[in-house]
Amino acid sequence: MTRENKPTNEPVMEVRNITKEFPGVKALDDVSVKFYPGEVHAVVGENGAGKSTLMKVMAGAYIADEGDVLLQGEKVQFPHPQVAQEQGVSIIYQELNLLPERTVAQNIFLGREPSRFGLVDSRALNEATLDVLERLDSEDTISPSAMLNTLSVAEQQIVEIAKAISFDSKVLIMDEPTAALSSNEVDILVRLVERLKARGIALIFISHRLKEVFDLADKITVLKDGQLVDTVNPKDVNTGDVIHMMVGRELNQFFPPLAEPGDIGDTVLSISDGANDFLKNINLELRAGEIVGVSGLQGSGRTELAEALFGAEPFKQGTLEINGLNTPVRSPAQAIKLNMGFVTEDRKSQGIFPNQSLRDNMLVTVRALQRLLAQVKRDGVRKNPDLVPTLGEQVDVRASGYDQEVQYLSGGNQQKVVLAKWLAPDTEVLIFDEPTRGIDVEAKASIHEMIRDLAKQGAAIMMVSSELPEIVGMSDRIIVMWDGTITGELPAKSSEAEIMVLATGYENGDKKDAELVMESKS
Amino acid sequence: MTALSLENIQKRLRTSRIPPVYLMLVAILVVSLVLDQIYGRGQMIDPTILTNILVRSVALGIVAIGQTFVMIAASIDLSVAYLISVTAVMSSFLMQGDPARVPMAVAVVFGIGALVGLVNGLIITKLKVNAFIATLGTGLILKGALNASFSNFTGAVPESFQTLGYGRWGPVPISIIVLFAIAIVAGFVLYRTKFGAHLYGIGGNEVVARLSGLRTDRVVIIAHIVCSMSAVMTGLFVVSRLRSGAPWIGPDGLYDLESIAAVVVGGTALSGGVGSVAGTLAGVVIFGILDTAFNQLGVDTFLKSVLRGAIIILAVASYTIRSRREAS
Amino acid sequence: MANVTVQSEKEVSWLRQAWARIRKIHPVFPVFLIVFLAVGYLNPKFIEPNGILIFLRRAAPLGILAVGQLFVLAAGGFDLSVGSQVTFVVIGGALLINNDPEKLTYTLLVLYGIGILVGLINGLVVTFMKVPSFIATLGMLLALKGAGLYWTGGAPRGYLTDNFRQFGRGFLEPVPVVERFPIAVVVLIVVVAIAAYIFHFTIFGRQILAVGDNPVAAKLSGINVRRVRILTFIVSALCAITAGILEGGFGGVNIIAGDGLELQAISAAVLGGAVLLGGRGAVLAAAAGALTLEALFNFLNLIGQPEGVRDVVQGLIIIGAVAYAAINARRR
Repeated sequence: MTRENKPTNEPVMEVRNITKEFPGVKALDDVSVKFYPGEVHAVVGENGAGKSTLMKVMAGAYIADEGDVLLQGEKVQFPHPQVAQEQGVSIIYQELNLLPERTVAQNIFLGREPSRFGLVDSRALNEATLDVLERLDSEDTISPSAMLNTLSVAEQQIVEIAKAISFDSKVLIMDEPTAALSSNEVDILVRLVERLKARGIALIFISHRLKEVFDLADKITVLKDGQLVDTVNPKDVNTGDVIHMMVGRELNQFFPPLAEPGDIGDTVLSISDGANDFLKNINLELRAGEIVGVSGLQGSGRTELAEALFGAEPFKQGTLEINGLNTPVRSPAQAIKLNMGFVTEDRKSQGIFPNQSLRDNMLVTVRALQRLLAQVKRDGVRKNPDLVPTLGEQVDVRASGYDQEVQYLSGGNQQKVVLAKWLAPDTEVLIFDEPTRGIDVEAKASIHEMIRDLAKQGAAIMMVSSELPEIVGMSDRIIVMWDGTITGELPAKSSEAEIMVLATGYENGDKKDAELVMESKS
Repeated sequence: MTALSLENIQKRLRTSRIPPVYLMLVAILVVSLVLDQIYGRGQMIDPTILTNILVRSVALGIVAIGQTFVMIAASIDLSVAYLISVTAVMSSFLMQGDPARVPMAVAVVFGIGALVGLVNGLIITKLKVNAFIATLGTGLILKGALNASFSNFTGAVPESFQTLGYGRWGPVPISIIVLFAIAIVAGFVLYRTKFGAHLYGIGGNEVVARLSGLRTDRVVIIAHIVCSMSAVMTGLFVVSRLRSGAPWIGPDGLYDLESIAAVVVGGTALSGGVGSVAGTLAGVVIFGILDTAFNQLGVDTFLKSVLRGAIIILAVASYTIRSRREAS
Repeated sequence: MANVTVQSEKEVSWLRQAWARIRKIHPVFPVFLIVFLAVGYLNPKFIEPNGILIFLRRAAPLGILAVGQLFVLAAGGFDLSVGSQVTFVVIGGALLINNDPEKLTYTLLVLYGIGILVGLINGLVVTFMKVPSFIATLGMLLALKGAGLYWTGGAPRGYLTDNFRQFGRGFLEPVPVVERFPIAVVVLIVVVAIAAYIFHFTIFGRQILAVGDNPVAAKLSGINVRRVRILTFIVSALCAITAGILEGGFGGVNIIAGDGLELQAISAAVLGGAVLLGGRGAVLAAAAGALTLEALFNFLNLIGQPEGVRDVVQGLIIIGAVAYAAINARRR
């Protein structure tokens, strides 16, 4: 429509009125954004705002229900990411898709090796690799013949980017490229972005770190609840404005009421000066009847804290007290004996036994405490023979029966089974890591209610979550982590903005921005 | 000088790309020679005995090179032992001592080998049967077909064909030349061709390979054909030494399990993605040295087997322990 | 959505429940029945009580091995050393007992002691040295085979006394109805019963499946994964020793008594629905897998097929069984 008006600066890629629905969720709702060559475009928003879905639609991993994707003014449809890549749209996911035991050159050109009669032309391969690395100004630091597993994470990321631009990308999409990097490594990436920009590539990146967003981006698009809030120029706004655009999303979720002061009992677990390879200076108390929310960005140590408390990656220093007694927890088995439970983040790889029945999944923890040759009770243990139906009702799992294999349940119901597994022993301390990730709204609400009920019955609960509304809605106390340590503790009903400030590390450096945020909030 | 510190040496060794199995090879050779000088007959240093080690390694070496291909692709082939028997029996049966029939017989056994490899590959990729079970099954089928048709030494290879097993080219046994020729070709295919690169890619991470547009099924099938062909070559070599083929020579040589063991000792992971022909050869030669050293030292044949088993386990354990240390 | 909630489980009609039960029966049982009846059709004596018993006696060692192998497979491992263990028992037993029937108890105790040791070593190498079980038990296969022969000095020596061989070939008599009942069949029944109890009715059995299904989740749920793995190798070894004692009664002392049995045992367990990377399996089905193989061998003998055909059929069957399971899993 604006074609004639701006002939000099056409958007290289554009999405128009994109809508994408998943069962139960409208992930994207009528979103339109333009991306220009030589421009760094940051996409920000809370978890579940629709950022990743948008990126996947652009890169051909998803097909939109409605709306158009335009590449250089022409409507395109990518049935498969490879097609998008061949047409110049590349995406780099958070987890690296590289082969550790192969060289840089072999990785970049896997499946596209320059060859004659099936023989790899190693000179051409080397030259092509050097050529790509040169475009990233990295030909001196990364050798084409270096084994990938000898490179640092940042260097590996550069290789991933090199692989992407070796397709002569016009558009390069990066999903949280800095999440796994240390601050030095981030600087390398920043320089790289400048290089790519100078070459006229349109760069799109998702990030939770607003400082980086402001340092790097020429445009910022804010998404909230699948809808476009606005696309702004960072020169016209400050951090506070962006945070306000992101947060305060409509609470279509209802959270159960918080604990009354009288509900909260004695300290059940406390750790002082806890430290291990990832964590330092951890001081934390969990009290009966209270839900402590743990917030922080990816890589801040929030999951590591949960693992340390549960003995999966134990603390190496510090004093851990349970019910006032000094009790170091060195293994999950020991933690379970001490009446602790850990609902893990990654349900598939750490939580469920997919080929086993609901009842066997639910009873695995209580059975771990029994003698090996003790007889299995179908529905529970001797002291509590009806445990399975009790738990099933308590967590409200929906299945065709307790003999059904868990792999055939929906994500929400699988999570309820995992929860039941931890309710089976008389758990006093329950740690949740992302209790509602990847499950539908209805199941979410019922899991929230269950967590609150457990607290009411006297359990001490720690809930790690990357979803701010969940933290704010559920927590009686909030701790925020950054860079492997606890940066602050906030009372119940603190605002998302306050958490954000601590979680993005502003209190360490950029005081001014932090104050700005606080002011605009109050 | 810091340049001489242990750490530095270790680092250099690690970056030098010499597969660690070669250090093991040298260590075992030195220890064997020393023990032989002290307790044995002291003849092991003799070039003819050293050559013999290599000749003994040829049969296992050829099939182990083929096994390397499938194992790099994270597959496995248990059918090779019976394919070796089939080749040996079929070729001597078809040749009947007549030099004129050699080309025909060789063509037939290679045809059988290609077919077996194709079937293995198809069962694994298209029917999604675990490679262990699939090749165990095809191995049984070959064994049965063979035992149903032949019960003893059958036919004979002509004298000219025995040159392969016993001939010399100057001082060098032809069999050794053949082994090295095969190794060089195999190494060339693995390191210099697209097929080789794709094999490593699939073994390293099948999802990444598929996202990179590789036709993974086809590559795995070809790897199995290569492996079966190598078993056929071993079969031809074995029959040229024995003059005639019998159904039991493959399983009796434990070529299935020993080729896998040699490949793993040579640094190829059972989970695929890494491995080299040079490493596999070293693994095979280690077995040869052990055999010879045990003979020279007068170690009981059966105690040999015990020590062999223990050494395989320790070699593999040393890799896993090393990689765990690097990971942490 | 036709989602039935758990609470209304009882409301489902009994007809549907019955159908669900029938569908749950593992295909190995009907397959066994068909093969068995086919043999009976060709040789009516086979399905007379005595014929059945003689068949079961012959099948007992493989059945026991398959059950032991199932424990290891279900926990996600392999045990390739069982064939060597059988050979070891046969030739080692002859040496230990040394023609003196009085030494029977001593011999059995030593053999079982060795079995526990072998299983323990397999387990320790797999769990602590992190050697893949395929390689670890392959090393054990080589080592045990050599050790047995080394012990006897190369050729099998000595005899198994009659009271030792009684386990494999002897009968209990008099017994009502059939008059005499093979001791090997009693052993088979006892082993299957104990194994089925342990596998399906104890905590240990559930932990085996959990470890095979998801070792990370198992560890996080408080299961001692290493202990479970080691114990499965010990169970497998104990079964192998028992199978070896029976085998000694049939064939006498020879150095190939156990050759190839490890692969037959794995085939039998897989035929009975055990999944190679763990997490699934059933004792009765594994034993039925072994019986099916034996019945097939019988059948092929009867229709006058040479030895070799049995291998061909065995090969086709295990590929077919796994392919069937793989296709089934994809369809669901």
